[in-house]
Amino acid sequence: MTATLPANAPAAASTPKRRHPGRRNAITGWLFALPTALFVLFLFALPLLLVLQMSGSDWPLLGGNQGWNFPENYQDAVSNRFFWASVWFTLKYTVLTTVILLVLSLGLALLVQESTRWKGLLRTSFLVPSALGLASASLLFYVLYSPIAGPFAELMKAWGFTFLGTPDGALWSTIFLIVWRYAGFYMLLMLVGLQGIPDDVYEAARIDGASRWQTFRSVTLPLLRPTLALTVVLCVTGSLLAFEQFYILTKGGPDNSTITIVQLIYSVAFQGQNDLGVAGALSVIVLLALIVINVAQIRAFNRKAED
Amino acid sequence: MTTTRPTSEESSPRSDSTIAIVAPGYRRSRGGRGRGRGFGGDSRKHPPTSFAGIALRTPYWVGTAALALLFLYPLIWTAISSVSPLAGTNQVDGWGFGNYVTLANYQAGIWVYLFNSTFVSLLTVLLTLVVSLLGGYAFARFRFPGKDLLFLSTLAILMVPYTTLLIPLYVLLNAVGLSNSLVGVALVLTMFQLPFSMFMMRISFEAVPRELDEAAMVDGCSSWRVLWRVLVPAVKPGLITVGLFAFLAAWNDFMAPLILISDTNRMTLPLAISNLRGQVQGVVDYGATEAGVVVLALPCILLFLILQRHYVRGFMSGAFKG
Repeated sequence: MTATLPANAPAAASTPKRRHPGRRNAITGWLFALPTALFVLFLFALPLLLVLQMSGSDWPLLGGNQGWNFPENYQDAVSNRFFWASVWFTLKYTVLTTVILLVLSLGLALLVQESTRWKGLLRTSFLVPSALGLASASLLFYVLYSPIAGPFAELMKAWGFTFLGTPDGALWSTIFLIVWRYAGFYMLLMLVGLQGIPDDVYEAARIDGASRWQTFRSVTLPLLRPTLALTVVLCVTGSLLAFEQFYILTKGGPDNSTITIVQLIYSVAFQGQNDLGVAGALSVIVLLALIVINVAQIRAFNRKAED
Repeated sequence: MTTTRPTSEESSPRSDSTIAIVAPGYRRSRGGRGRGRGFGGDSRKHPPTSFAGIALRTPYWVGTAALALLFLYPLIWTAISSVSPLAGTNQVDGWGFGNYVTLANYQAGIWVYLFNSTFVSLLTVLLTLVVSLLGGYAFARFRFPGKDLLFLSTLAILMVPYTTLLIPLYVLLNAVGLSNSLVGVALVLTMFQLPFSMFMMRISFEAVPRELDEAAMVDGCSSWRVLWRVLVPAVKPGLITVGLFAFLAAWNDFMAPLILISDTNRMTLPLAISNLRGQVQGVVDYGATEAGVVVLALPCILLFLILQRHYVRGFMSGAFKG
């Protein structure tokens, strides 16, 4: 690694070719890539293989591997009494969050895309919540929604409602928290996309006499498709794997109505049942579902691009 | 060698548009015309001097100000109420820092948790920077067998759910004696940072002209010296972005410590504050929780405001362009 490359250096200098062939170079390259390879191998590839093995084994939290238990783990996972409820709830939450966040963040991006001092201030205020961690934001709203300490405590007493007391209330309160935390982040992605649309296209639309709404529908939206695709994929993936917000804010309640699939995995593995085998099976199911959903989304966006 | 060293601004081709996003006062040289379209129009071109103009734009000002306030209100409210009186907390009457006293004396003491969080965050930042700097250099400048496979595997980390990896990692770390270990948490968090940071560093290196390191090579520098002397200064903006993201992610992470740490003396701040709520038989100390949120959020918000330009550049660099 410390040796120079005397054989290659003159060659590189005399020819305009932009690569250094040679085995020596490959070894140096591998040495630089070695830390990455170690991390990927031991903290990603190995755990992935282990979770596959776990999902087919009888594996209590404290007892370790107790031998093969292949189809039973998956049967237990699917027949868990909260499995279908959590799948349904996670999907509902994902669709609502994605639609609201997408529309809102695009609106915010359109609102602040010009460079003026006031709009810069607006941008910063929309972005500040995204510096907070999801756990901190959830704790913040836990107090904010509280019927004792929150700013709406008097109002809640007078009108007799609670934020987290009913299933629907808990769902919408959590969605509000997530929108508050992520709207700025997705607005930023939208701004990047909007900046990529050349000014001449808008100029042409203006000359053709297109109205503002027509321009938005036939110019902005189609040209923004790559950004929209990325935002949808990120948002759907993030929402399907929701955990912290529900763990801290609702703890799955009221009446177990807000259990997401990741929360189910956590509770099967570490709370009560302590069954890593079934938790592993659930994890593998989630992993496969996520891959299928993401591939489907990317295909759908590509197909639209061909039309 | 020293004469060819680029300044950091030259090496970031997108700094112009980044500035336009984060520094609103900055006007692009191209025709002096920014994005004067869409909602609200361009107030610079048509300053609302007349009374009618001001009257017409007032709803816009009020509306946008209310929107901004909606985003800032929860933060401001928490900061204020953490020092204001509330029954059932340590700050019953008058203003003061009683809630922070409760927080400071919670279980092992807030200093222990602050130290744990700081330790995990800094170690994660350090590991992420070292691994992604070396890896990014390897991916951008060398050809070696298995390169594409390794890069794709690194990106594939994004596709795998957090829990799917954390459960086997819990077993694996126990097996190698890293159970309940902050180092173990930092290693795991570094792994989760790799897809973004590796992508970021690879494109940062690729944005540096090859002539630069080839010239240094001709001068007789080893690839190691080229990296340190020539390339590190050139990719510094990328390193700052990667470091900032790694810090924010590690400081705020909840799930990895939740699963990997069970000893109360090793807990990180988010976990400790989340546990603090249920301390006294179901009676929640809301005041101490507010104080905890302030302690958690303040470093992040300050860091974000100071490094906002780099935070935004992380996106502008194309890392998220699909």
